[in-house]
Amino acid sequence: MGPLIPLNEISNEINFLIAFLIGLGFGFALEQAGFSSSRKLAGMFYGYDTTVLKVFFTAAITAMLGLLFLNYFELMDMSIVYVNEYYSWSAIVGGVIMGAGFIIGGFCPGTSVSAAAIGKIDAWWFLGGSLLGILLFGETFPLWETLYMADYLGPIKLSTSLGISDGLLALFVIAAAVMMFWLGEMAEKRFGRPDISKEL
Amino acid sequence: MSHHNYITHDTKYMNPYIAGILLGVVLLAAFYLTGRGLGASGAMKSVVVAAVDGVAPGHAQSSHFYSKYLGEDSPLNSWLVFQVLGVLVGGLLSGALAGRLQWKVEHSPKITPRRRIVMAVIGGALFGFGSQLGRGCTSGAALSGMATLSLAGFVTMMAIFGTAYALAYFFRKNWI
Repeated sequence: MGPLIPLNEISNEINFLIAFLIGLGFGFALEQAGFSSSRKLAGMFYGYDTTVLKVFFTAAITAMLGLLFLNYFELMDMSIVYVNEYYSWSAIVGGVIMGAGFIIGGFCPGTSVSAAAIGKIDAWWFLGGSLLGILLFGETFPLWETLYMADYLGPIKLSTSLGISDGLLALFVIAAAVMMFWLGEMAEKRFGRPDISKEL
Repeated sequence: MSHHNYITHDTKYMNPYIAGILLGVVLLAAFYLTGRGLGASGAMKSVVVAAVDGVAPGHAQSSHFYSKYLGEDSPLNSWLVFQVLGVLVGGLLSGALAGRLQWKVEHSPKITPRRRIVMAVIGGALFGFGSQLGRGCTSGAALSGMATLSLAGFVTMMAIFGTAYALAYFFRKNWI
């Protein structure tokens, strides 16, 4: 029965070793997908390379279906699986600021680590910038505390707020993803930039 | 780029759908083992909290933000810090197998390496700031959040990608 670590006595050392091994797989997958290249990531927003869309949604659907099936076959106690807490204003404003950071900086935190790993110097600077941004948030936290805590709805699921079952939402997400994959493939033909792609 | 790619043999990157499944399996494994998904910005926060606590412990204790993450143990002894160290090594391994290890500043020919670095620092700072306000980045909030069907995950994902699309026109020179 999963999740294994919260349900069993596991030493800190083993727990951290598992963290490292999971991270190893995470970093390997990100780099293999090409997320170690900022121009490949940015291609998503100009249509010449939609790898981000394909990898991101395929990964989300794979894990989403995995969790649904683990739950269905009672192999996982979903009541102790973490569901993100929803504070609507901070989720939206935080997301908007992150989106600006994405198009300006060309990475997100996870991808910048995988890019830094293969020697992308711009990724090391992005990482440094992230630390600065977090420090800035920490130092100015009293200014944002109200926004940060506003409009708390709890660890709510989208399926619950729409009033549909988890399975039906999953089906909608898969249908939406398939349509977006098709759009992505079309975009790559329409906005293809062989001059950029061959350099990546 | 004359190195041999031991993984894909002919093309440079893995097929994106296969890479997505691989990433999804890793994410699912994280959930099955720990009950939580993946993360990245959380580890960076631990580094910042540890640094502030090291330089000015009184200041860290009195802050409503830093103090949440201070305990008996160093903030660096956290699951996500070890996971992100794994990301670094996993990326290095993949890059080595694919013949992609090289020190370089990747940038559009229309901008200088210096401008690229300035933009990377500004973008990183925005992402770091936003990830704290939004309680997680693309990994912890958007990707892991969507896998559990959380409303926060979908909203954060749409806010990140929607904003990046909305602003793409203004920053096009940096990329295309």
